[in-house]
Amino acid sequence: MLNPELKLNEKLFDADVEQKPTRDGYGTGLLQAGEENRDVVALCADLTESTRTEAFAKKFPERYFEVGVAEQNMATIAAGLGVSGKVPFIASYATFSPGRNYEQIRTTIAYNNANVKIAGHHAGISVGPDGATHQATEDIAIMRAMPNMKVFVPCDAIEAKKATLAATKILGPVYLRFGREKSPVVTTEETPFRPGRADVYWQPPQGKKEDVAIIACGIMVHTALVAARELEKDKLYVTVINNHTVKPLDEEVILKAAGRAGAVVTAEEHQIAGGLGGAVAELLAKKMPIPMEFVGLKDAFGESGPPAQLLEKYGMGVKDVKEAVKRAAGRK
Amino acid sequence: MTPIHEGKLQYLEELANKIREKIIEMLLAAGSGHSAGPLGMADIFTVMYFHILHHKPKQPKWPDRDRLVLSNGHICPVLYATLAYAGYFPLEELMTLRKLNSRLQGHPHRGTLPGIETTSGPLGSGLSQAIGMALAAKLDSKKYRVYCLMSDGEQDEGNVWEAAMFAGKNKLSNLTAIMDRNNIQIDGYTENVMPLENIKAKYEAFNWHVLEIDGHNMSELVAAVSEAEAIYEKPTLIIAHTIPGKGVSFMERDYLWHGKPPNKEEAARALKELRTLGGRIKSEHE
Repeated sequence: MLNPELKLNEKLFDADVEQKPTRDGYGTGLLQAGEENRDVVALCADLTESTRTEAFAKKFPERYFEVGVAEQNMATIAAGLGVSGKVPFIASYATFSPGRNYEQIRTTIAYNNANVKIAGHHAGISVGPDGATHQATEDIAIMRAMPNMKVFVPCDAIEAKKATLAATKILGPVYLRFGREKSPVVTTEETPFRPGRADVYWQPPQGKKEDVAIIACGIMVHTALVAARELEKDKLYVTVINNHTVKPLDEEVILKAAGRAGAVVTAEEHQIAGGLGGAVAELLAKKMPIPMEFVGLKDAFGESGPPAQLLEKYGMGVKDVKEAVKRAAGRK
Repeated sequence: MTPIHEGKLQYLEELANKIREKIIEMLLAAGSGHSAGPLGMADIFTVMYFHILHHKPKQPKWPDRDRLVLSNGHICPVLYATLAYAGYFPLEELMTLRKLNSRLQGHPHRGTLPGIETTSGPLGSGLSQAIGMALAAKLDSKKYRVYCLMSDGEQDEGNVWEAAMFAGKNKLSNLTAIMDRNNIQIDGYTENVMPLENIKAKYEAFNWHVLEIDGHNMSELVAAVSEAEAIYEKPTLIIAHTIPGKGVSFMERDYLWHGKPPNKEEAARALKELRTLGGRIKSEHE
């Protein structure tokens, strides 16, 4: 059952659940951050509409900088702003930023400890028809491996807004990951969001003990919740954790859930190598080695196609989460 | 900006010579590092920190200070030596260059060492960081100016031209770039590795005001920086023609000295040359 304390969207399992892309939350969050803090500035590399930077750019033209199709320049200009008292947000597609400008981010933002917020848009294969060149599937891995960097993967548009606002208040480099496609709204404005703190969104009914803990991030949180509800019909009970902060990882909540369940499944719209699953595996290998299964891209690039069908074809559908749970439970 | 009067000019030239000696001593102690670039830029660094920049070495984070961004971080021995002479940290610390637990990293790291404005080393990223600082100054209506010291070899990097376009578009008049035009890079002469000329015309086409100077003539640098301050609609590039390895005859103009330190015997010869002003004086100070 859904955790009643978290005030999640009561309609999240309905066929007509509200759907919104997480990038919308970046747009509203950035605008609000700009209203609250005059040091917030935004940069974009010729993608103001699709990264939802547009509203900020229109409201605060003097604080918006168009850099053209030049992601390396965007990152390094932001580094200069970030060490000069500003709170710059840079936005492009994640394949380009932090894809193309990885080294600039590493040297001039992360190692330089510049106060820059990197918004990676069009993450995951749910980007759809644009194809694999525009589907960022390694960005969590490269950003998570970078010292000084914090990594947030919000599960819906509302959480995306909260994460964007939270990033403003963190002093230092932050990576925020957003999707292009509409996805179900899982949370409400009242749902708590605490950076670095994972939340248990789904738990077994009273009197039942969980068989597996699912740890998910991004749009896979909703997929995991749907899988959890269906698994109950098969008498398999799970907890679902929304692990929006991939770095720093909430070790306490994850270890507690893993300890109770005795087996773990991670779910993310990213390569299995190096992403959320890797982060959880690193933790469990050290502190609590138990059976673990991974839902994500299996060392493959995506392709063009409708988002929902792509997620199924590449092993990130509800069915894949359910099968992973059964495999993990069977290994206990 | 006031011109350098004659008495100060002599003082600055002697100081630049001391900085060159320090560079040789540091590189010998480190056992690795770059020789030619730091020696070639000693005059410019001396004038920047002892005549041009508004800064407070005892208050390195003074918000109104002029910013000096070193883009080609590998010439950091000259930056470190100049900062130490300017009073940012003790001269003795210079000998820890590249050693374990040192604040003097092989390439500069903004963090614990006072006076370092940004982390650099990977080439081509300094100009855009200087742009970010110049934008911040304009947003905050601050009067400080931003100087980016960069190399000619790093003009090969695409990031530099992205930055050049942006600065031209945004008419960043509080930004002055100084290019060390010494014609060498690791693999050889710049015009063989990847021809840069006509570099002046290229920047002018990107809406920059471009000046050329003799990079070892301190008064020319001051005049050029003064002119840059008077240009309101454009960023300025000062192309400073320098001699790589300047002051040590066997290093001068030889690209093989770009990326290596002197050994003990070479360092002794270099120091003797520097301490006798190329053999023009007999007595040698310590």
